[in-house]
Amino acid sequence: MDHILTYAQAEPTGAVTYAAASGLLSSVWLLVAIPLVSAAILLLLGRRADRWGHWLGVAAIGVAFVLGVASFLQLRGLENKSVELSLWDFIAVGNLRVDFGLLFDPLAAVFVLLITGVGFLIHLYAVEYMAHDEGRRRFFAYFNLFVAAMLLLVLGNNYVMLYFGWEGVGLASYLLISFWYGRPSAATAGKKAFLMNRVGDAGLAIGIFIMFATLGTTQYDEVFTGVGGLAGGTVLVLGLLLLLGACGKSGQFPLQAWLPDAMEGPTPVSALIHAATMVTAGVYLIARSNPIFSANATLQLVVVSVGAVTLLMGCLIGAAKDDIKRVLAWSTVSQIGYMFLGVGLGGGAYALAIVHLLAHGFFKANMFLGAGSVMHGMNDQVDIRRFGGLSKYMKVTWITFMMGWLAIIGMFPFSGFFSKEPIIVAAFEREGWTAWLFGGAALLGAGLTAFYMTRLFVLTFHGPKRWTEDIEHPHESPKLMTIPLILLAIGSVGAGFLLATSVPDWLTATAGLGGQTEGHEAVLSHVVITVLSLLVTVLGAGLAWMLFRAGTATEPQPAGVLVTAARRNLYTDAFNEAVFEKPGIFLTRALVFLDNRGVDGLVNGLAAAVGGGSGRLRRLQTGFVRSYATSILTGALLVVAAFLAVQAGWLA
Amino acid sequence: MTPDYYLILAAVLFTIGAVGVLVRRNAIVLFMCVELMLNAANLTLVTFSRINGDLNGQIMAFFVMVVAAAEVVIGLAIIMSIFRTRRSASVDDANLLKY
Repeated sequence: MDHILTYAQAEPTGAVTYAAASGLLSSVWLLVAIPLVSAAILLLLGRRADRWGHWLGVAAIGVAFVLGVASFLQLRGLENKSVELSLWDFIAVGNLRVDFGLLFDPLAAVFVLLITGVGFLIHLYAVEYMAHDEGRRRFFAYFNLFVAAMLLLVLGNNYVMLYFGWEGVGLASYLLISFWYGRPSAATAGKKAFLMNRVGDAGLAIGIFIMFATLGTTQYDEVFTGVGGLAGGTVLVLGLLLLLGACGKSGQFPLQAWLPDAMEGPTPVSALIHAATMVTAGVYLIARSNPIFSANATLQLVVVSVGAVTLLMGCLIGAAKDDIKRVLAWSTVSQIGYMFLGVGLGGGAYALAIVHLLAHGFFKANMFLGAGSVMHGMNDQVDIRRFGGLSKYMKVTWITFMMGWLAIIGMFPFSGFFSKEPIIVAAFEREGWTAWLFGGAALLGAGLTAFYMTRLFVLTFHGPKRWTEDIEHPHESPKLMTIPLILLAIGSVGAGFLLATSVPDWLTATAGLGGQTEGHEAVLSHVVITVLSLLVTVLGAGLAWMLFRAGTATEPQPAGVLVTAARRNLYTDAFNEAVFEKPGIFLTRALVFLDNRGVDGLVNGLAAAVGGGSGRLRRLQTGFVRSYATSILTGALLVVAAFLAVQAGWLA
Repeated sequence: MTPDYYLILAAVLFTIGAVGVLVRRNAIVLFMCVELMLNAANLTLVTFSRINGDLNGQIMAFFVMVVAAAEVVIGLAIIMSIFRTRRSASVDDANLLKY
């Protein structure tokens, strides 16, 4: 295990340089273009593409995956593993020069492989899952659009490109959450996701503005080279704004509320966007901006705190939910909390967070697709109290879900063990009492994760049947759905060890990543922490197994303070409602009143006065020539009188 | 030469014209009153031209005459057509264009 925690020493500071792309790597732009073209074709052709559209969508991602693997292999052989491809000037206004350019470096490469690889499997799964849905072509168009935007996000070579992709995935996420827009709950969830993301996006945008204002550029290399010369306060504000953006996209405290509601979308969407890829964009942002975050210790403390709070919160709420997809959603929130904890620790822990992100992409996608398979066989039932005993009926789903379950709780030798445990160890390596605080939180989180995931697993697949009357015989899903499940399950088993041994070294080639290791000794020895984390995992899992082996009541039960709070999302929604929503609504009402009565009253009053006045004045228009002549004469006389008066000096 | 008489004559002519326009109803009479005012103006122009020894005023008077001639042509045509449709040359009867 120890070799995981040794990192090559890259220069922590100094100039960041990227090489120009050549050969195969000069076509990395195709990675973004192929899914985008496919999405455009699917959307523009309309119903004409209904029969074959989904296969086009799958093929586009498949081709992107092959291209991604080829580029990855090409990159491996290079000396300078950061390759830049500048396509054209995106924005050139005054001093602001934004390059429409791509950066293919080790960090981007692993993301490309995750997005296209897991994305391809989920696309394949969705062909069958959405087979009976009339909007399947539209679904695949949005799905392709999402992949294109996500690839742009990770491949951009400056913050504006990242923001471009960032908004693109936000749009795709919104379209897909409210894919079944006929359902009010889905439409509302889409809006909620969009609004909460806007809060984060505003933070990211202002962060980019600050970058331009202080450094005069948004290119990664120039920003990272220049960040060392900035004042500490500026770096702190910049980092906090980037963190706000990351929190919004990744469903971290305090912007976590949208993610569980996003489960209103079709299950493949939950698997791809709201578990495996898009929600990890925040982690990518922080890992990418590591020179900024490493430059300020306070900033790192904030990131670590956000991670720790979120991971515990996700665990607690996940343990109290009864909707299979909501439990998985809260577990996603909690696991991303681990990743934030990792990136906040800095130094070598950046790589650990990325390893956990990749491993999580596999096992969480696996479990979401497994949940989709269960729902497919159970008439779209999502309440785990209404499952039970499904292991006999859905063998493949059961086995593959078990792999995901063992992986997420961090059981040896599944992937979660190799990815999560090092983060816990790293948390214990901080100085002083914070080591105990964050290490303890990570450890407690591991126990809670084991508890609620075991609860989910046991209630779904074991124990007595508690099905609703309309289900006679649950069926296993068709091959096209089980094959991705099997492949992802293999990933959940094997990926952890492979990733944990290869990725940290691979990532050291990325600018700033895997740089200086912290000098602190762990407060507990490595072996003790490993044993402890396995122990709390077994304890949590065992407790859940004991409690839920015999099934559970199918009706909501009265519960203590903590469980009630957890069922209500720890009152975070109530807090948002009381602090932001209600005053917001009051404010808008007040403004509407002011607008209607005040502003409109003023304008309308003025108009009424002018209208009334001219109604009177118009009576002068009598139609009699003589009256006009009188006015003209009077006017002329007045003018003459005025001239005379001036001439005679009366007015002087 | 003293201009006073000419100017006084012009003022008197103008006043007669103006009052005529205001109090008379027959369109033809109105027209003649307008001509009176124009010619009063012409008289002043010529007078001042003479005093200043400058031909501009006289040229101006020619312009006024040309305009007056054109005006008479068009005005009489309008009066004729109104008279043909309404059997009346009273300007008070032609008061449709109003509020």
